Amino acid sequence: MMKRTILLAAALVGLSGPALAAGETPTPPQLSWSWQGPFGKFDRAQLQRGFKVYREVCASCHGLTYVSFRNLAQPGGPEFSEAQVRALAAEYKIQDGPNEAGDMFERPGRPADRFPAPFPNENAAAAANGGKAPPDLSLMPKARTFERGFPFFVLDVFRQYSENGSDYLAALLKGYKEPPAGFEVPPGGHYNEYYPGNIIAMPNPMSDGQVEYPKLENGQPQAPETVDQYARDVTAFLMWTAEPHLEARKELGFKVIVFLLLLTGLLYFTKKKIWARIGGEVEGHATPPMTHNP
Amino acid sequence: MSDHHPTAYVPKSAFGKWFESRLPIAGLIHSSFIAFPVPRNLTYFWTFGAILVFMLASQIVTGVFLAMYYTPHADMAFQSVEHIMRDVNYGWLIRYLHANGASMFFIAVYIHIFRNFYYGSYKAPREVLYILGVIIFLLMMATAFLGYVLPWGQMSYWGATVITNLFSAVPVIGDTVVSFLWGGYSVGNPTLNRFFSLHFLLPFMIAGVVVLHIWALHVPGQNNPTGVPIKSGKDAVPFTPYATIKDLFAVSVFLIFFAWWVFYIPNYLGHADNYIPANPSVTPAHIVPEWYFLPFYAILRAIPDKLGGVIAMIAAILIWCFMPWLDTSKVRSTAYRPTYKIFFWVFVAVCIFLGWLGAKPAEGWYVVASQIATAYYFAHFLIVLPVLGFIERPLPLPSSILESVMGVQKGGAGMPAGAAASPPTQG
Repeated sequence: MMKRTILLAAALVGLSGPALAAGETPTPPQLSWSWQGPFGKFDRAQLQRGFKVYREVCASCHGLTYVSFRNLAQPGGPEFSEAQVRALAAEYKIQDGPNEAGDMFERPGRPADRFPAPFPNENAAAAANGGKAPPDLSLMPKARTFERGFPFFVLDVFRQYSENGSDYLAALLKGYKEPPAGFEVPPGGHYNEYYPGNIIAMPNPMSDGQVEYPKLENGQPQAPETVDQYARDVTAFLMWTAEPHLEARKELGFKVIVFLLLLTGLLYFTKKKIWARIGGEVEGHATPPMTHNP
Repeated sequence: MSDHHPTAYVPKSAFGKWFESRLPIAGLIHSSFIAFPVPRNLTYFWTFGAILVFMLASQIVTGVFLAMYYTPHADMAFQSVEHIMRDVNYGWLIRYLHANGASMFFIAVYIHIFRNFYYGSYKAPREVLYILGVIIFLLMMATAFLGYVLPWGQMSYWGATVITNLFSAVPVIGDTVVSFLWGGYSVGNPTLNRFFSLHFLLPFMIAGVVVLHIWALHVPGQNNPTGVPIKSGKDAVPFTPYATIKDLFAVSVFLIFFAWWVFYIPNYLGHADNYIPANPSVTPAHIVPEWYFLPFYAILRAIPDKLGGVIAMIAAILIWCFMPWLDTSKVRSTAYRPTYKIFFWVFVAVCIFLGWLGAKPAEGWYVVASQIATAYYFAHFLIVLPVLGFIERPLPLPSSILESVMGVQKGGAGMPAGAAASPPTQG
């Protein structure tokens, strides 16, 4: 079913592709994500790989300021060990203070600290990046979307499609292409198929083989070291940073709905029994005869 | 009569008698929610009142808890919401219940309102009850708008800017009113502070008007699908247990629907832009209000003139208040009005179409379509309702509720005789 949907989407994208004028963006393909659906969960290994991509590729420009180091060890996330998180936090310099002498000082990070922002303020971030500050990534998959259109926005409610932000981000990271003939890309801009308006300030951040993944026993990397895989993994990681309690939410939701179904069933039969005292429930009105008043 | 329902409250204990003679609140509860006669043929469309009471309570409870962690400051509001989502135990649950609860509240209220339109519940003798309902709806809209500003995301900020700016269309005093709303010369920290204060206040005002709404309901009693009033005890059943258990069942079904949104698609009804912190120097590509405002937003934008648009938008709701007098038909229930039935469904379709247009950019054919739909919206009230009452030939009404639903000969046990004939007139 999923496969068919993807094929259909791909076909639609393919069909609409040539018809797109400059400045229009194709619909991001719907990828298969591990946290989709009512029982969805994050893939720990994928989140850990995604974190590695974030650290080695994104972190030099993009902050993750709503996330604390300790979150990386929490259940429902990448679930690094406490020791790993302590060691990781210690690699960062955190400004603290004032101390007894009234001075600010730097100390190694602790698990309770948040990821320090890469730039001291937004102006500094903009100045270092050609005039546009790179946005914080903590909430990215929830802060981006694309228009679904009718009837998809109705169907999405029933099939619980809420991965639009993730699909968009993965597509964006892979969307760097040569601009079509006659399309002017201004200096400092980069052509991206999926970015609204097609001109994005961020240069293509990734290339194949750029990030080394943990090796399996046979010496092969855990997952392909390709831009496609990097895009999926870092998107998965960012979905977790945007919604760290996603797994707990879906697990609790299932219990709540099972409980409510039972409660509703019991209430239904109680109601039936009570109304039986007066000969059962009657509702509405008889269909009026189709003759008019004189 | 196999079942005996006492109709008057008689305290059993000595303390009960002592207390009742000083404050007859137990008797009031008894006559309002236990012995109160309910038409026996009510459909599930009549359970939305109970669902709405539940939603109001749910919004107040979740809201009070959120307010314990939320910081109404322009520099900290967004962060405090993220703190609730990430660090507060079950904060994500409370916030998603509250955010989606607003939409559930509006889904329920729209069903409640259109049920009222279909069955002519607004007609005499329920005009005051109905107008109180319109006031509740206006208060709900204000509360929802104020609440959406609080997370201080991009759509919060720009939505607040667009909507507060509408007041500047008022001649002479407009600009003063806008500065007063803002507490400055643009939407900023003072705006957020006063919006938070008002967002906390208004739900309690809603609760107050809800009490009046329920009080006004208990004077004429409930309308029903036939629109024919209760004529004998056999047309009615006591509120408890019959309506109580039916309402509980309906609330439980509604909760399953609610849970689906909260646990599986909690951000579907929101805007992605609102997960970007408010930035006065960057305007979002499309500033779109929440779905429940869209039909009115379409009416606002359909009028090329700013003041005219504001007047049309406000009139679109205030015109509801005049329905009891604009509708000239003596027949309440649309079930017996074959021509009006068609116009009713066309009106529903036009409202949904306006909602869809409200989400589209105001350009091209969307503008023309909005103008046509807006014209039809007002024509429904100003032409269809008054004229149809004179030219339509309604179908014959049943002589009683019982006759309609059971046939005269069958008649089961209902209210004890006399209970329905004298509806409670407490207060």
